[in-house]
Amino acid sequence: MAPFSHQNLNAIADLSPRDLIHLLDRSDAMVDVLRGDAAVERRFDGVTQINLFYENSTRTQSSFEIAAQRLGLDVVNMAVGTSSVKKGESLLDTAATLNAMRPDLLVMRHYAAGAAELLARKVSCSVINAGDGAHEHPTQGLLDALTIRRKKGVIEGLVVCICGDVAHSRVARSNILALNALGAQVRIVGPSTLLPGNAQSLGVTPYTRMEEALIGADVVMMLRLQRERMTSDLIPSPREFFQFYGLDEKRLKLAKPDAIVMHPGPMNRGVEIASTIADGVQSVIVEQVEMGVAVRMAVIEALLLAGNK
Amino acid sequence: MSRVHLFTNARIIDPASGRDETGDVLVEGSKITGIGSSLTAPAKAKITDCKGHILAPGLIDTRVFIPEPGGEHRETIKSAGRAAAAGGVTTMVMMPDTDPVIDDTALVQFVRSTAKSKAAVRLKPLAALSKGMKGEQITEFGLLKKAGAVGFGDGQRTVASAQMMRRALAYAKDFGGLIVAATNDPSLGSGVMNAGGVATRLGLSGIPREAEILPLERDMRLVAMTGGSYHAGALSVGESVEIIRAAKAKGLDVTAAVPVANLSLSDNDVGAYRTYLRMMPPLRHEDDRQAMIEGVRDGTLDMICSNHEPQDVEAKRQPFDEAASGAVGLETLLAASLRLHFTDGIALPRVLECLTSAPAKRFGLKGGRIAEGAPADLVLFDPEAPWVCREEGLISRSRNTPFEGERFQGRVLKTLVGGRTVFAAGKG
Repeated sequence: MAPFSHQNLNAIADLSPRDLIHLLDRSDAMVDVLRGDAAVERRFDGVTQINLFYENSTRTQSSFEIAAQRLGLDVVNMAVGTSSVKKGESLLDTAATLNAMRPDLLVMRHYAAGAAELLARKVSCSVINAGDGAHEHPTQGLLDALTIRRKKGVIEGLVVCICGDVAHSRVARSNILALNALGAQVRIVGPSTLLPGNAQSLGVTPYTRMEEALIGADVVMMLRLQRERMTSDLIPSPREFFQFYGLDEKRLKLAKPDAIVMHPGPMNRGVEIASTIADGVQSVIVEQVEMGVAVRMAVIEALLLAGNK
Repeated sequence: MSRVHLFTNARIIDPASGRDETGDVLVEGSKITGIGSSLTAPAKAKITDCKGHILAPGLIDTRVFIPEPGGEHRETIKSAGRAAAAGGVTTMVMMPDTDPVIDDTALVQFVRSTAKSKAAVRLKPLAALSKGMKGEQITEFGLLKKAGAVGFGDGQRTVASAQMMRRALAYAKDFGGLIVAATNDPSLGSGVMNAGGVATRLGLSGIPREAEILPLERDMRLVAMTGGSYHAGALSVGESVEIIRAAKAKGLDVTAAVPVANLSLSDNDVGAYRTYLRMMPPLRHEDDRQAMIEGVRDGTLDMICSNHEPQDVEAKRQPFDEAASGAVGLETLLAASLRLHFTDGIALPRVLECLTSAPAKRFGLKGGRIAEGAPADLVLFDPEAPWVCREEGLISRSRNTPFEGERFQGRVLKTLVGGRTVFAAGKG
């Protein structure tokens, strides 16, 4: 039986714990490649990947691009903002057009939940979901799990506290699913307006006070607060948010002394996280970026091998 | 020469009279002229041996969205009429959500005359409650009623202003007008599917139950205040059944309908972003579905409607957030309703009452019953016949059925409107 048999990476929800562990193990090997400690095991020369980003994300797009190039793929970035998409072409028409160019991989970020699933049904190549609306961002979930596993040795039994705008966060969803599957205890914390109404269905414990949620945490994961939510009917102002839900030194002391601090970036310093914490010794934020490339290499490899059976 | 048609050996179910027996029905011209056992066929009568299948009053569907004028590529009055006939529906209550909106007498006359010349079944328009369905100024209830509107409502739009709803209820009362309301608070209910575990997992914005409960509770207060007549057009939430039950217990003139999809499907069925299951009201939690079924069983909910809302393929081939809302339902109304009998054990006459005599009574229509002198609007169906719903088998101009691939029991064999056969199985 193949170690990984999925044709697409749409959601962490589609993966078994075994799939997750396989991808994390391969990601570990890719870190060695990235750091020059090992050579690439398999190159995929002549394989084409198209990056299709309906939302701007320099960091994720670059990460996918570098990961692909490290494995020998040719990468094409579709500039959605200036293409026919802007002229009103529908997602599925774009999909049909791209499919006709015979790529091997499509990496898509889209503002609508379920967009990657829809695309995958209409194209013959593999699709990687690089974030779809408030649904999932599976490679982010994987890279966070990898970062945690490398720092802590094991994920099972860890207390992970995810803080901020959980309701609208695809990062939170993918993390919750991955970490739950790998045996962590996940807590979520934020004002009630930013928490999902039914935390139980996600298998997490909700908190509305940081001071309670952080006690005994091994991992403190901050989420980015989207600018458009900073002043809305969800929260009144960034300064009030930081006052009650921002991560500062005093609050971080409530977590375990060896707790690590994570953030998917880009950060709003002084809104969800104090600069001293972001740049402090417990922060693994820069390593997350490095792990992102490794995880994406592992995912690309796994999909291409599964597709080439 | 007037047509004569004798139906023999039928299981006649007429909820209006409580009749449920095997016998014959004689149709002469446009009316039913005889009911009994072993009726003698007059000369030149066409004879249909019903073979023990069910002969019931033709269905009256109280919630049909037909986008003519304005969206004829999705459905026309003619194509909806053909779909209705195939589904055993002999009267469609047409919603005013057209472009332009049915808010004046000329438009009422237009859709009625179009139906008369082109539709296989009867069409009864609902007129908008406010001009342009903008919720600002009430329409000419008196003149619209005279022109043939059977009620007043702003279609899919919930009347946001309590004052507006109060005035409409009060003013309609003077003309014996029925207010047909949508109940989804526009600000609270701005999501795309039922709020709950499924929406959370899919990352889709939810419509909480309270978005239906709030306007419904408000409207009950306003009905009590004004003494108006009120029909909740399409309910979906379990707690709404309690609200209607309490209102009826107080003696308020209130009725309610539930779309058959909300009796058959739940938000779990949305699965992997099935856009054909995006509709208004949204498919709710399984608990709500069960509560709605109980509401039908005990009589709190009066009617079952198709909530037929055709959408073209393009509008559905989109990410869920961006896909159009709505599902076709005329052709599956009967079969999906029969599940209440086969699966949930509700007596057949009760199920049929919700589809025939109850809507006839509420909307003041002559059909909906099998009685001498009544219009010969009839449906003959085989309650046992199994079939699988397939998009490509639908007659409606749009194919956005939520029941794709579903197995049904109960098939329409023949549909008569005013004594004329408008559908016969196998003769497409």
